[in-house]
Amino acid sequence: MEKMKPNEKKYWLDDPRNVTKVYYGVWVICGIAALADLFYDKHVHFFWEEWFNFYGFYGFVGCVFLVLVAKQLRKLVMRPEDYYD
Amino acid sequence: MTDLVPPGAALYLGALLIPLLPRKLRPVWMLVLPVVGFLQLLSIDHGQFLQFSLFQYQLTPVRIDALSLVFGYIFSLAAFIMVVYSLHVRDVVQQVASMVYAGTAIGAVFAGDLITLFVYWELTAISSVFLIWASKSKRSYRSGMRYLIIQVGSGVLLMAGAILWAWNTGTIEFGHLGTATLAGKLIFLAFGIKCAFPLLHNWLQDAYPEATVTGTVFLSAFTTKLAVYALARGYAGTESLIWIGATMTAFLSFYAVIENDLRRVLAYSLNTQLGFMVVGIGIGTEMALNGTAAHAFTSVLYKALLFMSMGAVLYRTGTIKGSELGGLYKSMPYTTIFCIVGAASISGFPFFSGFISKSLIITAAADGHWILTWFVLLFASAGVFHHSGIRIPFFAFFAHDSGIRCKEAPWNMLLAMGATAFACVFIGIFPGPLYRIMPFEVDYQPYTTTHVVTQFQLLLFSALAFSVLMRTGLYPKETPSTNVDTDWIYRKMFPTAIHAFARTAGRARAAFDEAFFDRFDKFVSRVYRHYGPAGVFARTWATGSSVIWVLVLLVLFLVLYYS
Repeated sequence: MEKMKPNEKKYWLDDPRNVTKVYYGVWVICGIAALADLFYDKHVHFFWEEWFNFYGFYGFVGCVFLVLVAKQLRKLVMRPEDYYD
Repeated sequence: MTDLVPPGAALYLGALLIPLLPRKLRPVWMLVLPVVGFLQLLSIDHGQFLQFSLFQYQLTPVRIDALSLVFGYIFSLAAFIMVVYSLHVRDVVQQVASMVYAGTAIGAVFAGDLITLFVYWELTAISSVFLIWASKSKRSYRSGMRYLIIQVGSGVLLMAGAILWAWNTGTIEFGHLGTATLAGKLIFLAFGIKCAFPLLHNWLQDAYPEATVTGTVFLSAFTTKLAVYALARGYAGTESLIWIGATMTAFLSFYAVIENDLRRVLAYSLNTQLGFMVVGIGIGTEMALNGTAAHAFTSVLYKALLFMSMGAVLYRTGTIKGSELGGLYKSMPYTTIFCIVGAASISGFPFFSGFISKSLIITAAADGHWILTWFVLLFASAGVFHHSGIRIPFFAFFAHDSGIRCKEAPWNMLLAMGATAFACVFIGIFPGPLYRIMPFEVDYQPYTTTHVVTQFQLLLFSALAFSVLMRTGLYPKETPSTNVDTDWIYRKMFPTAIHAFARTAGRARAAFDEAFFDRFDKFVSRVYRHYGPAGVFARTWATGSSVIWVLVLLVLFLVLYYS
């Protein structure tokens, strides 16, 4: 296994400004996905599925919940790497 | 002709020849075996074969029907891809073990009776543990031992249940069992252990990440999916499975978010995928069971693809810890792409395989008005995108540049990953062929505008949540750590309790010794002092003095007698 060389080729993502572009790109794509709800007839099982961007909100809230709970879980279950050795 | 040999036998009998072949021929032979097995499945008719009687019971070593064939096909396909992935391996133990393991798993899904199932069940356990031990570390040895004990234990429960079942019903046919009887409950538990039910799950996360680079890939496919098949065969429509499955999809997601070993993250997410299949079995409608079979099929592929990509990273960099990796897209661009395809498939992005299989189960849950389950499955779908879809590729290949520069994966690994990635995309775009081999006729159209748009919303906003949490620094950092899970009970609590007991018992024993034996010893030594060889009663005296003493005693006797 080699290590990084000092003057090797720079990649597009190495520039933090481009990472920022990706970040706002995600916002834009999400906006488009949400707005798409206005342009077709939804065929659904449950009434709440018809709410504007229900799936988007549910996914967002679900993931934030997942991460924040997992962070608290760490306090309970995290041990040093050699815990069992 | 093809019905004279049990399916899978080509692999597990062929495996026994591997050590006898010249080194260079072994990989070629291993490539031939799954192909032969697959061709046999293509040409075999539905029905029961090789039946014979043992005492008063009828054994059916081979039963071919639509449900068993789905698992037979995917196991054969997976075995072939995994052989390609492991072509560079020279360790003959791993070569034999992997083929016996795959072959006996295939044999198991065609077992028509509980005794045959038991035999294959135990053979998969015994053969697969060598893939864990092949890592040749103390850690993997211990982990493998725990794995073996639990797997064989599951087999023992199956045997006990089978005997009771035969006793009660007079038959050992492996059909619908149900949980009404004790026998049914025992077998349910046996299957549940192998299927990694909640709280019985931890053998999986303990053992799989300790296996070799190629061993983990093999392990990911067979054992748990065999258990899913067995549950679908014996317990379709058992309502408790809905709750068990829903729990499986959700609760280990939290562990998957904080685990640092990326192969262990995948082991946790494997559980969540099994949960979807278990829910499908619990719902038990034709659509739900189709969903379970289809999801088993697609998940073998995308899970293998993810484990292969992480295996390639481990193979090239020597580590698989999220905290030590990052920026590998520069060194391993193809592996990165294949990993992303696997990630998109497990997340159920439209045009990838998970989309067309998972949605059958979620739709079946909605059709049956299992509202809470439906919400949990939706949460788990977002969650799995989060911890397997984004986290795995992000921390291995992107994130901060770890400075590691390595070679791209070897050609055979790239070929195996490329073929699997192709299969994931192909099934995603053209679900027709997969739907046609399902146990029941599929009357479902995954590509509707509503389904595609809502799925994109769910996943893209999950990605947004990840981005926002990363950007704001709220996301938990990759930290070298061990997270205690239920294995803590037998890896820490029991040993600690046993040591504590041993210490307390030791002290009690010492106190008892002091109280009883020490006094006894003192008594013995006192007696010894008087009667021992040096004691006063053992002294040798001169004859003269003895005569005097005898005389004294006689006189004394006379005096006493006459007084």
